[in-house]
Amino acid sequence: MSARVITITSGKGGVGKTTATANLSAALADLGYKVVCIDADIGLRNLDVVLGLENRIVYDLVDVVEGRCKLRQAMIRDKRLEELYLIPAAQTRDKNAISPKDMQRVCDELRPDFDFIIIDSPAGIERGFKNAIAPADEVIIVTNPEVSAVRDADRIIGLVEAEQKGPAKLIVNRLNDELIERGDMLAVADVLELLAVDLIGIIPEDQAVLVSTNRGAPIALEPKSRTGQAFRDVAKRLSGQEVAYAETNGTGGLFGRLSKLIRTGGS
Amino acid sequence: MRNLSDLFGRKNSASTAKERLRLVLIHDRSTLAPGAMEALRDELVEVISRHVEVDPGEVRLELTQEGRSQRLLADIPLKRRSEPVPDEY
Repeated sequence: MSARVITITSGKGGVGKTTATANLSAALADLGYKVVCIDADIGLRNLDVVLGLENRIVYDLVDVVEGRCKLRQAMIRDKRLEELYLIPAAQTRDKNAISPKDMQRVCDELRPDFDFIIIDSPAGIERGFKNAIAPADEVIIVTNPEVSAVRDADRIIGLVEAEQKGPAKLIVNRLNDELIERGDMLAVADVLELLAVDLIGIIPEDQAVLVSTNRGAPIALEPKSRTGQAFRDVAKRLSGQEVAYAETNGTGGLFGRLSKLIRTGGS
Repeated sequence: MRNLSDLFGRKNSASTAKERLRLVLIHDRSTLAPGAMEALRDELVEVISRHVEVDPGEVRLELTQEGRSQRLLADIPLKRRSEPVPDEY
């Protein structure tokens, strides 16, 4: 076994990186893969609370890097999924506590035992981002259909290309059908046309995500949730399956235009 | 998709966002500062004028996008040569 290392990043903060990391990791583990997710946001740790594992942290990523514990000791097993593990970030340190080389070393040690290593990147384009993409085989960019998020995503896509980690794939998060229908929100086709990258997920705006985060239970594990389904679809696409995009919504033209874009490769 | 504000000629906010982003991204992706385009255009005209006559006012220089790659397009119309009337006749 040699894991694929996938880094989730965005440039802009607050677009849903941590939620996407938690849900993709859970959905992949639910498909039967062995998954470990790493919170690379040193100093602003959050993947643990989103996954509901905050009470079980003893050691963290910086403890591993600085040799205070073995890698295994910092890995927290999920309470619901046997094959899902979390390596939490340190909360009392900063990005400079680890280097890109440290991240590569940690991932190399994990690779033989897992199918997927999912890294939650911090916002920004500095050290934390560089740490997060250093070990990546693939990069997923999360964005929202909103000017500042799209602009930052474009910048990140360029940086990922420059680091030869491309081509990045895109998740468009928090789509609101009603606003798109009204002409007051960029549609997925618009975002793809502007960014010229391949799509891997469309996630609707959904208050149920807030509720599931309150509980520390990823929505991807709720069988009836359409947002959960959207995350499960991304996991399936990552595993190589072809999954059609759900006809979730309005803008009659949206899905027609979208599927045309996808057929032509999105660029 | 057509709503009242479209009928009154006011563009919906999504298409405004898209248009603004398109322009912003062209400049974000380019290492060419917006002001540098003017200088580049003038220098191009100067060099080309050494070899062939052009009308500086007609020269267009623009950045365009193809997927994620950028292209600098120059449109340089040459001045029509004023043929001297042959004087054999």
